Amino acid sequence: MNLVLNEEETMIKDAANDFLFENAGPDHLRNLRDDPDSKGFSVSLWGQMIDLGWPSLLVPEEFGGLDFSNVGMGQIMQQVGCHLATSPLLITGILGVTLLKNSSSNHWKAKILPLIAQGKTKMAIAIDETSRHDPQVIQTKLTPKAGEYVLNGTKLNVVDGQVADSFIVIAKIPSEKPKETDDICFVIVDSNQQGISVKNNLLIDSRKTSSLIFSDVKVTDKQILKFNESSESILQKLLSTANIYLSAELLGIAEKAFELTMQYLKTRSQFGVKIGSFQALQHRSANLWAEIELGKSIVLKALRSLDEMDQDINKIASMAKAKTSKIAENATNEGIQMHGGIGMTDEFYIGFYLKRAKVSQLLFGDWKYHLDRAAYLSGY
Amino acid sequence: MTNLSLFRESTRSWLADNCPKSMREPMLEKDICRGGRNHIFQSNDQKIWLDRMASKGWTAPTWPIEFGGAGLCKEQAKVLREELIAIEARPPVSGMGISMIGPAILEFGSETLKKQHLPAMARGEIRWCQGYSEPNSGSDLAGLQTKAENFGDHLIVNGQKVWTSYGDDADWMFCLVRTNTDVGKHSGISLVLFDMETKGVTTRPIQLISGTSQFCETYLDDVRVEIDQIVGEIDAGWTVAKYLLTHEREALGKMGSSPVERSIKEQAITCLDLTNGRLNDEVIRKELIDWEIDYFCHQLTSERVNAEIASSGVGNTSAMLKYYGTELNKRKYELLISIHGSESMHWEDNPVSRQWLRSKGNSIEGGTSEIQLNIIAKRILGLG
Ligand SMILES: Cc1cc2nc3c(=O)[nH]c(=O)nc-3n(C[C@H](O)[C@H](O)[C@H](O)COP(=O)(O)OP(=O)(O)OC[C@H]3O[C@@H](n4cnc5c(N)ncnc54)[C@H](O)[C@@H]3O)c2cc1C
Repeated sequence: MNLVLNEEETMIKDAANDFLFENAGPDHLRNLRDDPDSKGFSVSLWGQMIDLGWPSLLVPEEFGGLDFSNVGMGQIMQQVGCHLATSPLLITGILGVTLLKNSSSNHWKAKILPLIAQGKTKMAIAIDETSRHDPQVIQTKLTPKAGEYVLNGTKLNVVDGQVADSFIVIAKIPSEKPKETDDICFVIVDSNQQGISVKNNLLIDSRKTSSLIFSDVKVTDKQILKFNESSESILQKLLSTANIYLSAELLGIAEKAFELTMQYLKTRSQFGVKIGSFQALQHRSANLWAEIELGKSIVLKALRSLDEMDQDINKIASMAKAKTSKIAENATNEGIQMHGGIGMTDEFYIGFYLKRAKVSQLLFGDWKYHLDRAAYLSGY
Repeated sequence: MTNLSLFRESTRSWLADNCPKSMREPMLEKDICRGGRNHIFQSNDQKIWLDRMASKGWTAPTWPIEFGGAGLCKEQAKVLREELIAIEARPPVSGMGISMIGPAILEFGSETLKKQHLPAMARGEIRWCQGYSEPNSGSDLAGLQTKAENFGDHLIVNGQKVWTSYGDDADWMFCLVRTNTDVGKHSGISLVLFDMETKGVTTRPIQLISGTSQFCETYLDDVRVEIDQIVGEIDAGWTVAKYLLTHEREALGKMGSSPVERSIKEQAITCLDLTNGRLNDEVIRKELIDWEIDYFCHQLTSERVNAEIASSGVGNTSAMLKYYGTELNKRKYELLISIHGSESMHWEDNPVSRQWLRSKGNSIEGGTSEIQLNIIAKRILGLG
């Protein structure tokens, strides 16, 4: 496996960096936070991303996309982390596309994928029902009723739920084989459908999520996404994809927080010398740098494994998420500490990185969750 | 089929035919073949394996054929490495020749030195030791005092070296000496080679905490070294010494990646057992997966960094790989002690105790962890 970026991948990384350097970053995030009408992401930035074709990158050519690689898209996510960019790219442009691409429901593919590619629709994926991520706990239920179904249940922490045009909801459904435990399935519902209530939460990093309550929402058989694989395995792979991209984002956050900190160590003086000359800080910095180098390797490995459909993808994803969560935690915490008092101020940048890092760590399973999952998948 | 996959195929079948079965079994410290004049082969297989690999040039695969190598490119060498790992083959010969002084001679040495030393090294006939550290210069290596006086066609060396690993078993030493005292401390150093049987060389073994005596004090009293045994220019040995150190760090950075040991995970499962697929000790389970992730990341990083060096020629990362790899190895043995419990304290019949003790030296030898962190902070991060 090649652990070096090829020319095309390097180009997209540089282009994403240049673009986001101009159009995102902590100052933009602060403006978003202070905007009373904020939707939890930057509408103008999303518009620009659409113009650049980012939501179409992973969409297959037959549906109007560019069929680009995950390694390529991963470079963008890493830069999204570096520049704290807020947009529906992860959920709609990456997870929504991945899920639909893998589905065998041609109707939905033909209907939604082109819309995503053109930036004309936003989705949300409703998985978690517990405050601590645990996809084994699904109580939201599809119950057969008069030849159709009704959907009931509550979903928490649904990213982009506040702006989505449609939701993909993970729900239990009675097994087709009698006496067996319920299966899970993926249901597509329009966000305007009767019986859905949406309550928004503002997060520490100025993004928004929603709690969704479904009460007797009518669902037809057509609204259940079909796959050629078990829904359980599709869900695991979807979560792995999510966590690999979050790992790329966390790596970007760590890299930038580290860069800011190194700049500060070279400019701030105390005791008549630059604070970067203190060995206590040098060793902690060197250690952090080594950790970030390790993070780069596992993120690239994980993205390539996605492209190559590696059998161990779930294990690699958990390893990547566990590792990058710790690296980002370390880089942002050390960042604050090494800035001293100014690191605690809202005016300074490092705090924005701390907040974003924590949210991305918790999303779809934190360090602890993924250590456990990796151990389990390693056979112990 | 590409050339590389053809090469892989032929390598695989050659190895299948030529690597003796007993050379694919897990090994302990005592099973390592270090070669040299005094080496007693542990088994016929050990000898056959070394001879066959050496005759292919595969003990030093990237060296030119005329110097005992096989002239492989980096990609082919990687394929060979992977195929060796895949069959869990033991290294046919290990030591400071092929991994340290060999590359330095190739880079800086004269034709004479290359012809004289490299082929014998590759065949495992001559075993080398490293005379760098002295009683008063360890981390501050450039402060070394061992003196060499220049008599035109030869040098006379006087001084003391310490921590010379396997000094008493080695055939030749590569040694840092001061050839000029009138210049700055980095400028007057030379790297010289001499036979350990030369008059005036004495070694005295030092016992380690692990009970073995892997290293020695080495006394040099009026030792004659021929002038053509200087690697590179006289007084310009610091550059050679540092080049060699990067190779040493690279080798040490690979620590613990030996494919021939039973994996720590298997040992944990054997000792602790599983219930419903979970290891019967939650704390060890957590430590183990944490370690496995770091280990995996470290291996990937070493792979990535090598690939980057091959593609763009940049890369200043051996300090990081050495630092991280050796710290990981220490963690590994702490973990193994927890896994094996009090059994691992047995001095005679459980190998863990002594390996655990020996691992403490990993973050000291080849430059301490603190020195590696200094190198990263100064050279890579630019912190002054
Ligand atoms: C198992 C083993 C095998 C060895 N084999 C060989 C060999 O074959 N040939 C050979 O030449 N040498 C060998 N060595 C020696 C090794 O290279 C030295 O021990 C090492 O470089 C450290 O030097 P020192 O022991 O003098 O410690 P010191 O340099 O005295 O260091 C003592 C402590 O101070 C710290 N320290 C020193 N300077 C700094 C600084 N600037 N900043 C922060 N901390 C600092 C060190 O990190 C260490 O913790 C071996 C050592 C071991 C343990």
